[in-house]
Order: sequence, then C-alpha cells, then structure tokens
Amino acid sequence: MSETAPTEGIATRVRRALEGPNTLGNSTPFWVGFVAAVVALAAYPQVTDPYTALQTSRYFALAFLAISLSFIWGYSGVLSFGQVVFFGVSAYTFGIIGINFASTAGATAALFGAVAVGTVAAALLGYFMFYGGVRDVYVTILTLVVALVLNTFMGQTAGSEWAIGTARLGGFNGMTNIPKLTLGVGDASIVFQTVGFYYAALVALVGTYLGLRVLLNSSFGMTMVAVREDEERTAMFGYNVPFIKLVVFTIGGGLAALGGVFYATWGNYVDPSVFSIGFAALPVVWVSIGGRESLLGAIGATLLIERMRTGLSSGIGPIGSEWALVIVGGLLLGVILFMPAGIAPTLNDLKDELLERRSSRSPASSPTEDSVK
Amino acid sequence: MITPQDINARQKPATAATGSGTKAILATRQLTKNFGGLTAVDDVDFEVNEGEIRCLIGPNGAGKSTLLNLITGRLSPSEGDIYFDGTDLTGLEPHDRIDTGLSVKFQSPHVFENLSVKRNLQVPLQRTDRDAERVMAETLEQISLVEQADTPAGDLSHGQQQRLEIGMAITLDPTLMLLDEPVAGMSVDETADVADLINSLHDDGMAFLVVEHDMEFVREISEKVTVLNQGAVFRQGTIEEIEADEAVRRIYLGEDT
Repeated sequence: MSETAPTEGIATRVRRALEGPNTLGNSTPFWVGFVAAVVALAAYPQVTDPYTALQTSRYFALAFLAISLSFIWGYSGVLSFGQVVFFGVSAYTFGIIGINFASTAGATAALFGAVAVGTVAAALLGYFMFYGGVRDVYVTILTLVVALVLNTFMGQTAGSEWAIGTARLGGFNGMTNIPKLTLGVGDASIVFQTVGFYYAALVALVGTYLGLRVLLNSSFGMTMVAVREDEERTAMFGYNVPFIKLVVFTIGGGLAALGGVFYATWGNYVDPSVFSIGFAALPVVWVSIGGRESLLGAIGATLLIERMRTGLSSGIGPIGSEWALVIVGGLLLGVILFMPAGIAPTLNDLKDELLERRSSRSPASSPTEDSVK
Repeated sequence: MITPQDINARQKPATAATGSGTKAILATRQLTKNFGGLTAVDDVDFEVNEGEIRCLIGPNGAGKSTLLNLITGRLSPSEGDIYFDGTDLTGLEPHDRIDTGLSVKFQSPHVFENLSVKRNLQVPLQRTDRDAERVMAETLEQISLVEQADTPAGDLSHGQQQRLEIGMAITLDPTLMLLDEPVAGMSVDETADVADLINSLHDDGMAFLVVEHDMEFVREISEKVTVLNQGAVFRQGTIEEIEADEAVRRIYLGEDT
C-alpha cells in the first residue's frame, strides 16, 4: 500500500502485521504491558505452588474456548453456543486415539488427529448452517442443541459395548486414562506435565492470540467485520458470505479443538459434562464480560473468572461454593447493563477519552499515537 | 434458449437510437415474478445499452424495485432470463453476479455503521486490483466526504450515508451501476452533486440503471427513460418524449408536471 523504506526494521514490519483498526491495543504502551504480562505468567509457576500452577494451566485450556468465540462472534457476528462441541469432540478423539495407540507416537498422532476431527466437525456443522441459510439466533440455538444432543448421547455410553478399540467411552463417568500431552516419537519426544504443560499451553495461547491478530488485521479480517456489520451489503460487493462464515466458523472450531486437547491431557480425563448447558454457557459469559471484540479481554476474563470460581468452590467465609455461579451470573448482568461492549473495549474507550482530553488541553504538544497513523 | 448473441441480433433499432452505445449490456427476456396471486413483474423485455444512463420510473407498486431485485439476485424470477455482458445471470448467486461487472446501491442506505468512512470504502476496494490509495482519495473527493474520512459511518447524515454508499459501489468500477433511489432524502444541493457525479462517471463510460421518483433529478441525468406500470413496460423514450406523453402523465407524473 504505502512505499516502505528498505531499511525498515523487522520490529516495524511485525507491528504493522499485528496492528490495525480491527484489534484493540495498537500502541507501544500496550505492547510493553503485553510483554510484561506474558513474562509475569511465565514466571508464575516459579513463584507459586505446583497446585496453583496446574490450576492455572487448566484456565489456559479453557481460554481457547473464549478466544475462539471472540473471534467468530465478536468479528463476524456468529454467536455460537456450541464451541464446547468442538472442544469436547476433540477431547474425546484425543482419548480414543491416545488410548488405542499407547506410545509417544500415538499421543502425538492423537494431538493432530483430535484437532483435525474437531475442525472437520466445525466445518460440517458450519456448512449445513451457512449454506442452508441458518442465521442469527438460529445459529445460536442450533449449536446449543448439538451440544445437548452430544451430552445426552455420551451420557448413555456407560456399557462395555460403547468402546472404540480399547477406549471405553464410559457414559457419565467419562473416559479415563487419557495419555499426557506429547510431541515427538520415542526418545525424541517431549511429554508435557505440570510445569511443562503450563508452558506448552501458555505458548500455544500467546501464539494463537498473535496469529489471530495478524489474521484480523488482514484483508480477510476486514471482510469478517464487514459481514458482521451488514451481510447483504457485503454480499453485494461480490463477497461469498456463506463461505466466509464457514471459514471463520471452521477456524473457531479448530481453536476450540486445540483447547479440547489441552483439557483432555490436563486431567487425563473427559466426561459428557463438557457438552452440558452449564459448560456451554461459560464461553459466552467470559466473552461477554471481557468484550466480544477483544481477544485479550476474552482471555483475561476467562482466567480471572475461572480463578474466582476455583476460589469460591472451597467457599469464602460464610459464602458457600453454591454461590459461585450466582456471582458469575451477577457479574454478567452488571457488565451487560453498564458496559454492553464488555470490559476491555470500555477501558479502551476510557483511555481514548483521557488521551483526547489531555491533548486538547495542550494543543501544542506532540501528536498522539492515534493521530500519527 | 436465447443466447446473448441472439439478444444483440434481435435488438430493435429503436432501442439503441438514443443510447450512447449500440450494444445491449443488460437484457431481460420474458422476465416474470409472481408473489402468490400478484404479478409484480409481468413478461418484461427490457434492455440497457452499453454506457447509457437509463432511468426506471413508474407509480408505487409498478415493479421497479422488484425488477432491480431480480437483476441483483435478491429475488429469483418465476419465469424468464436476465443477460448481462454476455453472461446468463439467472442461475447465479448474488455475489457472483457482482463479479460480472455489476454494482448495486440499495434503496435505504446500507453502510457499515461502526466503521469509519475510509474503512467502508476499503471493503469493496480490497476486492479489486485498483490502486487502493489513489481510488480512495479520488472517491472521497467525488462523494465530498474528505473531511469525514475517519468518522464512523453511523455518525453521518442521511444524505452523507447515501453518498458514501454510492461511493462504495463505484469503487468496484462496474460496467453497469444499479442505483435504487440514490437521492432519496437528499437536499437540493446534494442531489445536484450526485447528478454531477453520475454524469462524470458516465462520461468515463460507466452505464447506469437508476430507479428514481425525483423527476428533476431524472431530467438532470437521463438519456432514456423506461416507464413501468403494473409490472409491465408502459413506455420507453427520451425524457422529453416521456414527459410529453399524455398517458404517462395520467398514470404517474400528474397533470401539473
């Protein structure tokens, strides 16, 4: 687009790919804060007890659900209530492959196989929905129904006839003995456990976040936003809207599936509650609170809310664990009432307003980050 | 089956007499659309020539918008075919029709309200291989929104939104531009600006099919007018011929015009 100086540094080029009007946080202070937060998360297992580190790595697995929903809902307007479908399908698939091929190679294959199956499941469901003309709230209903059907189906697989190879599906008791997260074959393999698992999940999450930022600030991201704003207008510029929504939904499904692998390998266990309405609602809650149009807001909200739920599960003083969901629900209502866009976009607007007020007070001062663009 | 070549061969000399080109770029054949018992478009054979500005007028319910929606593919016809620039559009999806060289401005403004004017223009522009920066600057100038380039489209006035959508549609550099009431709700000055814009794009070779009620505006831009009435083509001719026609005055224009 613009002529670039040949001497331009890599950092500038990387930043240009990561930044743009479709994502929040395009300033140097933002990136300083981001790097500081990643460093803090990386140092966390060294300063806290192993149990807390392990709990936190579970939140990372769940954050994939949030980031996948923020991507499809916040940026192309498709509210899926069934991201847990691809998460759960992937978790079960990992178990089935990993248990049947009990070796490092088997577990590595299970990782790729599970993500592939979860992604294909999203592509199939997406194809029937978007090419079948299912839109708006009907997408929400349909995806939730798929989750509930799987919840019921997996719940009745307790009998020994419900086994794929040596992997028992296990009904409501779930599938046990799922192998650990592994990459590589034989001696050249790494098995990720406890702190290793924590870092694997953190790296994958940060990588996913940065990758999605590049995608969202590309011309494809621009198209996604156009679809969210006005499907008909976008189609009448020659865009194939069902195809775009299918691609977005499939990418979202793939990310949820990656989360599912982390989830299954975290506890070496998965049960039909991953398809339950209570679990299906959580990503919608995290993303609504953090901010639909903020990937980082969605991740942050997931980590904090899940941390809070863990804290409340043992009860705080007179408040018993049964209050955890009530508090989360209250938080959701409060955010929807007072910050309909979610916390991160609201904070961003506040920051913009403050900067504007400061620059208007001193008109002679140097231009702000935004006005330079 | 009628091929596009047949259309040109069959074309009556009268149709092309006043057009800029002599070749029909858009043609409908026996086009019919029924809604239940109502026939909104009735056996319409209608052509737009290469590079001409054609206005489509008629009383409310005459089938103007239905005809336009059949061309864009928002509606599919009950019978008949639509040919555009050598392609049979009839079975194509709306987005595929755009790729044949059509562009559309809807009746009520459809802009991306949460996006800035610039980003609104980027969406269609990134589908073309045109020099984005040059076309962007040029279009902002043409639609007089240079100062509003960074304003969210939702904050613009109705007239500005109309202009923005026209600007978005023309960035595709179409062969034929379909405009559904482009100056509805605009001030006299804004209407004159849009007329100037259409005329200058026409000078560069762009063809227009304009559905319009504002006869003042039609007079400013039109070479040729088609009058629809009760779903059928009622009259075709130059603006002078149409305005002089007693029957047209009776059904549509009113005796005071």
